[in-house]
Amino acid sequence: MTATATGLLLEATDVSKTYGAVVALKAASLAVRPGEVHALMGANGAGKSTLVKILTGAVHPDSGRIAVRGRERTVHSPGEARRGGLVSVYQEPSLIPDLDIRANLRLTDTPLEPFRHWLTQLGIENLDLSSMARRLPLATLRIVDLARALAIEPDVLMLDEMTAALPANLTQRVLEAVASHRGGDRSIIFISHRLIEIASVCDRATVLREGETVGVVDVTPGSEERIIELMLGQIAGEMPAVAGRTAAHRASVTTPRISVRGLASGTKLQDVSFELHPGEVLGVVALEGQGQDELFDILAGSQRPSSGELLVDGSAASFRHPADAIRAGLVYVAADRAEALLMQRSVRENIALPFTTRVRRWGLIDLRAERETVDAAVSRLQIDARAGNEVRRLSGGNQQKVTIARWVAGGVRTMLCFDPTRGIDIRTKQQIYLLLRDLAEAGAAVLLYTSELKEVQLVCDRAIVIFGGRVVEEISGTDADEATLLRAAYHLRSDAAMPEAVAAETVAAETVAAETVAPRASDAANGPGAEAAPPEQADPETSR
Amino acid sequence: MNASARANEWLTAVTWRRLLRDRPIVPLMGLLAILVLVIELADPGIVSPEWTGVIVRASVPLAILAGCQTLTMLTGGIDLSVAAIGSMAGFVTATLVHSPGGVAEGIIVALAAAALAGLLTGIGVGVFRVHPLIMTLGMSFVVLGLSNVWQLQMVQTGAGVPDSLRWIGSSTLAQVVPYNLLVFIPLTLLILLGLRRTGYGRLLYAIGDNPVAARLSGTRAWQVLIVLYVISAVMAAIAGLLISGLTNTASVSLVDTSLLPAVAAAVIGGTSILGGRGGFGGTIVGALILTVLTALLTVLGLPEPTRQVVFGSIIVVVAAAYTRVTSES
Ligand SMILES: Nc1ncnc2c1ncn2[C@@H]1O[C@H](COP(=O)(O)OP(=O)(O)OP(=O)(O)O)[C@@H](O)[C@H]1O
Ligand SMILES: [Mg+2]
Repeated sequence: MTATATGLLLEATDVSKTYGAVVALKAASLAVRPGEVHALMGANGAGKSTLVKILTGAVHPDSGRIAVRGRERTVHSPGEARRGGLVSVYQEPSLIPDLDIRANLRLTDTPLEPFRHWLTQLGIENLDLSSMARRLPLATLRIVDLARALAIEPDVLMLDEMTAALPANLTQRVLEAVASHRGGDRSIIFISHRLIEIASVCDRATVLREGETVGVVDVTPGSEERIIELMLGQIAGEMPAVAGRTAAHRASVTTPRISVRGLASGTKLQDVSFELHPGEVLGVVALEGQGQDELFDILAGSQRPSSGELLVDGSAASFRHPADAIRAGLVYVAADRAEALLMQRSVRENIALPFTTRVRRWGLIDLRAERETVDAAVSRLQIDARAGNEVRRLSGGNQQKVTIARWVAGGVRTMLCFDPTRGIDIRTKQQIYLLLRDLAEAGAAVLLYTSELKEVQLVCDRAIVIFGGRVVEEISGTDADEATLLRAAYHLRSDAAMPEAVAAETVAAETVAAETVAPRASDAANGPGAEAAPPEQADPETSR
Repeated sequence: MNASARANEWLTAVTWRRLLRDRPIVPLMGLLAILVLVIELADPGIVSPEWTGVIVRASVPLAILAGCQTLTMLTGGIDLSVAAIGSMAGFVTATLVHSPGGVAEGIIVALAAAALAGLLTGIGVGVFRVHPLIMTLGMSFVVLGLSNVWQLQMVQTGAGVPDSLRWIGSSTLAQVVPYNLLVFIPLTLLILLGLRRTGYGRLLYAIGDNPVAARLSGTRAWQVLIVLYVISAVMAAIAGLLISGLTNTASVSLVDTSLLPAVAAAVIGGTSILGGRGGFGGTIVGALILTVLTALLTVLGLPEPTRQVVFGSIIVVVAAAYTRVTSES
């Protein structure tokens, strides 16, 4: 682009890639300077992941040139790319599930000491290296992936939606690690759908639209508008806004759809009680591992509580299998799409899967009716299903949309969403917020865990904050700004001063984007946020 | 996509890979045609309507047994009990030929016994989560043992493959069209329809593709698996009856030699042993390929050991080709 060919660390010019009839990349160019954090932006399906895979040799381009430090290169495999200093953390976890972490590290020749160092830096201290990858939660897997890449000290590190599955505290650590690369001689290519992250760590941004590079922008205060405009090919202001919430018209009048009393499970979930009413979206806010995973698993019928009560529509319910929960009207948009999708099957079969699970629906399928229902859901969620005969070929964001579409297609009474907008681009996120509001308007009840705190104010009527396995606070949607939620999530009293770093970050971020950023968990751990210890160690007295 | 771009694309290796993966039946038909051509070259004049009839007749029971493998492999399982169950069915029917209910009674008892074995296998796999390989292997020993007991019991009464089974298993219309197609065609239509158009078929693929996702969507896998292994056992019994009619033999190990070819036919036909991918159409072609291949090796007059080596090598090559192709993203 504008930069001269010399002095560039990595340069890709006019890269293209077609899959059958689907054009993934048509003319993508990217130039990365040494010492910069370079954002790669674009809507779902724009080709970001494909470009990263090409740069690291996981996918072979149809045409285009790639030069590293001015010398042209053909990269044949990720291993070769790694030896040449190009390493990527891909969008989906790339650890082999049936090997333990140590064996996984050996596969990529990762030096152990730096790996441990980065793991600690990233906020995961006591990882047992002999645990099977498949047993670890998604967030931990992502961090392990990142630490592994950082330990290799590549010239160019590519992070494809690294932060998408992470709760606020871990995200902050990742952003710190990324920022620490600025100004050195190594660079980072950073992909995220969260503009706030781009604003806080990136120097420049290359924007892709439909497989083409449509612009390179210096990231400065106010450049977001420009980036969005380039991404979407339309003015940001034209994006539909989330409709205002109608006043809370529920509470005492209706029987709650779900009412949870003293739910507990293992060491993580201690004692959670709340009510979810028809017509409302209830937010759940928590840092990593505060029991939210167990709560959702129990409500979805995947796990049984060790104690506590669950009432659905006023009568006691006990789920032995997800099918029981579904029959009771509780459907679950899972945290990890790899758990929810049939990767080798079509978009259609994935969406229609819940329709045929009951024995009396095992017979002939009414294909026409099914197509209509599926098509309606596909267009409602704006799924780009061009590569839809196998879901694994869809872009990450589009796969995520399929997991939501599956339940929307059948009509929703109660939807349990665990980070449903993970990896979804900003325009579609708006659509999903609208969708959740529409569902609520139509009488559905929605429980929404989100790691992107600003979603709470946008869509939730109220939010509960879980800390150490207990509900520690309830906040009404209108008051649920990020600072308040964070304070609550770290279980700080509202009159307590925020840890310095939290405050500092808040100010800094406000000047950039009028939004707040998660606090530095490292500092919080020394300051008043010391309570943010894992729940097992948390003093039960500090929680209500 | 305009027509010329399509035509260009047609020629690339990538497209061929895709074709082999998405529509395996097309290249398989090609392979079958090549084999037929080779056999015609090796022995000019051999390919005739009558020869085709013989090939089809021999392929039908193999295709049914391979169908058992296809269905179970779609869920990530396998059914090694088909040989024992198929043999048992033919054997039981032959021993009951002089019973008051005659042939009908024999067949009904045989199918019921098979279904019972399948039910137990299904419970083992679906409810107690025993690996299908182990469960079906164990079940085949159980069935074999019981067949032997039965044999000792029935040693007094006269036994023989009933005429009706011989007719359906080995006769042909006008020396060309085998009558076993009367069983095979309806069965095939049922399976194809079942896999493509029914909720049950969808669940087989779903369980094989991602059991966790299937469960989270409300599938109770045990229900699906129990029904599956019953279906598979009944199909194995049907194949056993046809083989018994074809060979005019009834023995407790009659079907044993068809077990591994059945697995091979399913794999060659494009069904992934890992589950979630494949179909019965490819399996039928796979069975035809193996039958023609056997005929070819016989025509070439190769000694038996060489034949086995060639046979095995071809299966490995085709299976390896699939692995390469399907692992490409
Ligand atoms: N193996 C494949 N076969 C067919 N099409 C593919 C394949 N891989 C990617 N595509 C298509 O290429 C396009 C770009 O996908 P890519 O994953 O690069 O998007 P992305 O920018 O990373 O999107 P997201 O933000 O959703 O992750 C999509 O339309 C996708 O369907
Ligand atoms: Mg992507």
